[in-house]
Amino acid sequence: MSEPFLSIQSVRKSFGATTVVQDFNLDVDKGEFISFLGPSGCGKTTMLRIVAGFEQPSAGRIVVDGKDVTGLKPNQRNIGMVFQAYALFPNMTVAQNIGFGLKVVGRPKAEIDARVAEMLALIKLGEFGARYPYQLSGGQQQRVALARAIAPKPRLLLLDEPLSALDAKVRVSLRDEIRAIQRELGITTIFVTHDQEEAMSMSDRIVVMNAGRADQVGAPFEVYNRPATRFVAGFVGTLNVLDAVVKDPASGAVEIGGVPVALARPVADAKSGDRISLALRPETISMTKEAGRSVAIPCTITAVNFLGSVIRISADANGNSLSFDTFNNPAAPPPTPGDRTTVHFSPADLLVLDA
Amino acid sequence: MKRFAAWTAFLLGSLIFILPLFGMTEFSLSMRRGEYSFDAYASVLADPQFRETFTYSVVMALFTIVFGILLVVPTAYWVRLKMPGLRPVVEFITLMPLVIPAIVIVFGYIRLYNTSSWLPLTGSAMGTNILLMFGYTALALPYMYRAVDTGLRSIDIATLTEAAQSLGAGWTTIFARVILPNVFVAVLSGAFLTFAIVIGEFTLAALLNRPAFGPYLQLVGANKAYEPSALAVISFAITWLCMGLIQIVARLAPKPPAQPH
Repeated sequence: MSEPFLSIQSVRKSFGATTVVQDFNLDVDKGEFISFLGPSGCGKTTMLRIVAGFEQPSAGRIVVDGKDVTGLKPNQRNIGMVFQAYALFPNMTVAQNIGFGLKVVGRPKAEIDARVAEMLALIKLGEFGARYPYQLSGGQQQRVALARAIAPKPRLLLLDEPLSALDAKVRVSLRDEIRAIQRELGITTIFVTHDQEEAMSMSDRIVVMNAGRADQVGAPFEVYNRPATRFVAGFVGTLNVLDAVVKDPASGAVEIGGVPVALARPVADAKSGDRISLALRPETISMTKEAGRSVAIPCTITAVNFLGSVIRISADANGNSLSFDTFNNPAAPPPTPGDRTTVHFSPADLLVLDA
Repeated sequence: MKRFAAWTAFLLGSLIFILPLFGMTEFSLSMRRGEYSFDAYASVLADPQFRETFTYSVVMALFTIVFGILLVVPTAYWVRLKMPGLRPVVEFITLMPLVIPAIVIVFGYIRLYNTSSWLPLTGSAMGTNILLMFGYTALALPYMYRAVDTGLRSIDIATLTEAAQSLGAGWTTIFARVILPNVFVAVLSGAFLTFAIVIGEFTLAALLNRPAFGPYLQLVGANKAYEPSALAVISFAITWLCMGLIQIVARLAPKPPAQPH
């Protein structure tokens, strides 16, 4: 097995009595795109700043390309960083901003000019080299910040919520652009975000962080479909949580709102009569009986939200609140609140939540 | 009615400010009997002592500005970046020269740095000049610090510093190429205010017995009639020029980019 390009080993960070990152371990391969995903205050930005060298860990070490960089200053690490607030130098033009890192290390002017032109072409701002940051929109500024970070060919690229300050449309186009540039250059990247859609659409792997720990590390598909903890299940995607009563833990027989359901696996650490929580993604529920969706639960529609191509429906199934989506069909109007219906799902889609 | 009262107050205030200036300027032009002339100005400008003292004060002002920038900009930057909790303490210290009279400062200097002290700065002309520059720096400190601190507040120095660090820049590069150019206008404002203070300062220069412009103004005022008015007009013109230059450079400043929403 090859050595990881970036290795974060048993990192802990405390500010006084408060521990914001604890026992954090992560190996990142060369060229991987990793997202740190979590709510505000979960320690994701602190962890990123530790990798960048802006914070010193209270314990643990950071190894990049086989070399321990924990004690190195930020300007000795050759790690590029893009900030949420763009952080372009207001006194410099776009070209000067992009060439700054190369100028600092004393590269010849011809080389700087060529690299700046290459970067401007990469971010599709070829005509903007002579402009100042205040003459650019937020999205353009962030593209310049990205070009500035990658111009000196850093070993690692760190992105600290770079899309948070942009409006929705620009966010979507810029995230595609960032991913395309990252793939083209093959640069190992860590992306911090609290937006699950961003993390899932861009990343090779996601690190879901909760209270300073990495709750789960995995590919977006795995994290979404097989959440390791209740927190991950709740934080990543929308989730229906159903109360169930265990009937036979060994065979996985439970009862949801009086309807018997046979889970695909045994219920660990539970005995007959215990109440447990089961989770179900909205897209695994339908109002029509489809292949494999053997469980049928009667319910009453409580709310219908028309979102355009998708209609989000809320329903009550014997005390369990359910939320699920259906595609808009102009030929079949959606149900209305108060309607009685039956929802169907597969027992294999039910997730037994940990504590 | 409200508008009338406001205009009356404005005109009254203007008269209080303008009339003495007008009177002084008119008097400075009245040296030749029966007609206006620039004789008083010609007399002042022809006086070798005027040129010597004015040059001395300009040179002192320039040294004070350089020393003030080297002292204040890194201090204000470091306090904002690394020790924000110390800001009230530093602000209090920088305000001290406003409440401690110059005469107290200069007597303190003379007592501390006289020829029989461990650092006899007053024992030589160069030493006294250095002492005078320190004194001027102290007098200008409230203005210089506030100007620079306001400039630093207008940019996100923490993120700019980190961005420069991530691009490989050390502290000298960050300070010279990122921070200083972005607070340049604020620094210039402080510099012009320092210049205006140093040019007219009397107490420190007189008691340290240095040939500065302030004591010269007093000397001419005690012995001549029209020339003091001409000198006062020249002093005002220099101050206003400084203020005008602050306005001009403010327009040339690098504009901060739009902040993320």
